[in-house]
Amino acid sequence: MVLKLNAIAKSYAGAGRAIPVLKGVDLDMSPGATLALTGESGSGKSTLLHIAAGLEPPDSGQVIVDGQDLSKMDDSGRAMMRRGTLAVVFQQFNLIPSLTVSHNIAFQARLAGKEDATYNEHLCDRLGLAAHLDKYPETLSGGQQQRVAIARALAARPRLLLADEPTGNLDESTAAEVLSSMMDLVQESQAALLIVTHSESVAQRMAQRLHLTGGTLT
Amino acid sequence: MNGQSRVILHALASHWWRNPLQLVTFLAGLALATALWSGVQAINSEARASYDAAAATLGEGQFDQIVARDGGRIPQSDFVALRRSGWLVSPVVDDRRSGIRLVGLEPLSTPGGLPDLELDPDAPLQGFLAGDILFANAETAELLAAETWSQALQISLAPGVAPGIALGDIGVVQRVLGRDDLDRLLVAPDQPRRRAPLSEVAPGLELQASLQRSDLGQMTDSFHLNLTAFGLLSFAVGIFIVHGAIGLAFEQRRGTMRTLRSLGVSLRRLTLLVAVELMALALIGATLGIILGYVVAAALLPDVAATLRGLYGANITGTLNLRADWWLSGLAIALLGTGVAMADKLWQVARMPLLASARPRAWAQATARGRLFQIGLAAVFFILAAALALYGDGLLSGFALQGALLIGAALALPALLHAALSFTEARAKTVTVQWFWADTRQQVPGLSLALMALLLAVSANIGVSTMVSSFRLTFIEFLDQRLASELYVNVASPEDSARLEQALMRHADEVLPLLSQPARAADMPIDLDGIRVGDTYRDNWRFLAAMPDAWNKVASGEALIANEQFARRAGLWIGDPVTVSGLPALPMAAVMADYGNPRGQIVVSETVFRQSAPDAVPRSFGARTADVPGLMRALQDETGLSEAAFINQATIKDFSLGVFERTFTVTAALNVLTLTVAGFALLMSLLTLADLRIPQLAPVWAAGLTRRDLGRMELLRALALATCVFVLALPLGLALAWTLLAIVNVEAFGWQLPMFLFPADYARLGLLALLAAGLAALWPALKLMRVSPHRLLKVFADER
Repeated sequence: MVLKLNAIAKSYAGAGRAIPVLKGVDLDMSPGATLALTGESGSGKSTLLHIAAGLEPPDSGQVIVDGQDLSKMDDSGRAMMRRGTLAVVFQQFNLIPSLTVSHNIAFQARLAGKEDATYNEHLCDRLGLAAHLDKYPETLSGGQQQRVAIARALAARPRLLLADEPTGNLDESTAAEVLSSMMDLVQESQAALLIVTHSESVAQRMAQRLHLTGGTLT
Repeated sequence: MNGQSRVILHALASHWWRNPLQLVTFLAGLALATALWSGVQAINSEARASYDAAAATLGEGQFDQIVARDGGRIPQSDFVALRRSGWLVSPVVDDRRSGIRLVGLEPLSTPGGLPDLELDPDAPLQGFLAGDILFANAETAELLAAETWSQALQISLAPGVAPGIALGDIGVVQRVLGRDDLDRLLVAPDQPRRRAPLSEVAPGLELQASLQRSDLGQMTDSFHLNLTAFGLLSFAVGIFIVHGAIGLAFEQRRGTMRTLRSLGVSLRRLTLLVAVELMALALIGATLGIILGYVVAAALLPDVAATLRGLYGANITGTLNLRADWWLSGLAIALLGTGVAMADKLWQVARMPLLASARPRAWAQATARGRLFQIGLAAVFFILAAALALYGDGLLSGFALQGALLIGAALALPALLHAALSFTEARAKTVTVQWFWADTRQQVPGLSLALMALLLAVSANIGVSTMVSSFRLTFIEFLDQRLASELYVNVASPEDSARLEQALMRHADEVLPLLSQPARAADMPIDLDGIRVGDTYRDNWRFLAAMPDAWNKVASGEALIANEQFARRAGLWIGDPVTVSGLPALPMAAVMADYGNPRGQIVVSETVFRQSAPDAVPRSFGARTADVPGLMRALQDETGLSEAAFINQATIKDFSLGVFERTFTVTAALNVLTLTVAGFALLMSLLTLADLRIPQLAPVWAAGLTRRDLGRMELLRALALATCVFVLALPLGLALAWTLLAIVNVEAFGWQLPMFLFPADYARLGLLALLAAGLAALWPALKLMRVSPHRLLKVFADER
């Protein structure tokens, strides 16, 4: 299994009491699997993805990524996992504004010590970024910025790609293009893909689909 | 450093390459703060090193000395008589030629040995006595080389000799000066028990204990106190600017840091690398600052040197040396300030949620509770200041009072601004004006640190300027009083004195003989002066305190006048009886100001003076006349006195005024520098807030205000806030001036300076503060005027 979530529970502090968001969620993903996670706003989809990425700790339960238990790791250990084993694509792109496109793409792979210039070139060609390598993120359109974020995530050859509303900030046709490119590259690298989305069309393109409601998956 | 750290550092540093102007601002801020601190330290350190060199060269302050009672020279025969009667004394000749102080020592008997002259350590005496040699530092050696009388001498470079002094064997110096007598005798600390009393061996000489003599360091401390006050305040302002600069560096990269964390950079590594990066920048900024500080100090030092020479006769070198104590302190201040500011920000980064969207900083959102807490704390500091003013004692308490006042005022500032802006907001007539004041109030928490820095800078400038200007005014008035005569004439012999007095009686409107001799009163050495009380004294001398009819009582020999130093040290005041050696006890009729004089002084009428010294002859005369050149000519014709015997009052006053003008150059330069630093602090804060401003301003822009309007209002806002700060800084600065003049000065030097107000100076300072604030706001305002509509619209797009 690339990702295994066991009985994940999480609640947030509300007005004088804790509001449970996740109530013992279990999930398994094998290499090459694609999974869409849907649910109402505030249902806890993004929280689950953040827990899977080690960005947020669960109140209880086990997060196992590529055989390693994140819940037993300290901050440095979880950072190490985010660097090399898994990667996250955010709705807001989260590019480093002061670095050029090529430096942004190479950034995570360099951190992980896995930079492969040929593979980066391949990613840029496939994502249509070859003409923009020396530009800075602020000069690119939203769709182009998200392609850079995807290239950055895949350049480190992660075993698991987690995407939080990756097309949420894009128009319909750009969203479709970006999603296609991402799906193709994920398939090519045999990574597992967990995507959080509101979009019915995005969800339909995934092999598996789960709905989060009332803190549990259905 | 491994590859990953390099990648992260590259990402962090790339921000500066993309925003070079911000890097320049950041480094310039740090450099200016360091420059101001290290510049002031450099000047102080150079001056102190010069005093130390002078003390080491001349044995000043270390050993008791024997001097002539009449202040004149010591015959060689007295020295021989003292040595024969068992006194272990060493002769010194100390005189000037062509403006250079020539000091002759007897190397075998000089207590403490020779100063550091870089002689051969195995045979120092041979080196000292090798021929007609004078030892001097490079500056003085250059002056000596230009003199014809020194051509036959060998000049040896010795950096350890104090500036303006040439040192040599006593025989050599006596030959150069054409003298065979001495100026003073240094008394070795260990004397034989059986030796004849000084009064028997040489009745014309007296012993001066080392601690009773005027010490150069003490005399010049008042001047250095001003500089140190500036240094301390610039340090405080510097800390604010460093804090602002670090805050800016963090705020602008908050998003990048969050991204780095989400991409797998551990908190520990990120914290470490940010610290490394900022410390490296601080090091660059501090180095630039030290260079700048050196330039500032080197530019100001000749003026400072001239001021000290003019005021106190203290020689300090006009060139600056790179001394470790000041440049290290500059470096330490910059790194320490960066460390403190960084620790706070790193703590924020550590607690920063990894996923939260960008939101305004917590410190930019003040709560009413926070304001109340600050006001409470400010009240505690004000109460402490009041307690120190009422019950405090000593120099330290004076400085503590200043500190408490400054901290209290800085803490109270945000709440006072909040109240003032709420008041104006409530009275606004139009919706735009109302929004302007409300928005200004909203900015106060974010700008409060920078505004506090501006408050400190402006109030410090008002305080120090008031002190310096009050000193200047008082000193000029004092000179007018004490140098009321148009012409002064000095004579060397009793015969000359009698001849001169007769000539003066014939030609001058009023003759004022000045009698003077050392005496003792209230167990301390004093100068006893005898004067001929007349209209000049009655019309010109102003007293700090006096009994009614004081002059008549002094004139009739029923009372005396004391200087403030004596009155305060002896704990005596008007009406108290004072016993001066050789005179009956007389009540103190008046206390006079006597600035810059460390010794006690008592003035009596000529008649009373003669009771103590019947044979005393005036060696100096003041003369009143409407025609100074005419009187000089007549006196020269009749008495044959040389031109050197005459001192024109106008010349002394011009010289004194010149000295003060130089003091003002120093003060004015430091004023401009502190305000520039405060302006930078404001610029840093405004730039830090600039990104936060977009979401705040976008709705107003959408509602119909143009970007130009918004930019203009940003500028107006900075000016409005600076005006408020100035209004608050004025009473604070005056309170500071009062503590400097009435508390610190009295504790440090024994005399109080009256305080004067200088509204024109304050208005100029106010304009300078507005200029600094306006310039600081200009860049952010221009940026806002040019912000693209797309960026403003994105605010609404992101809110979907």
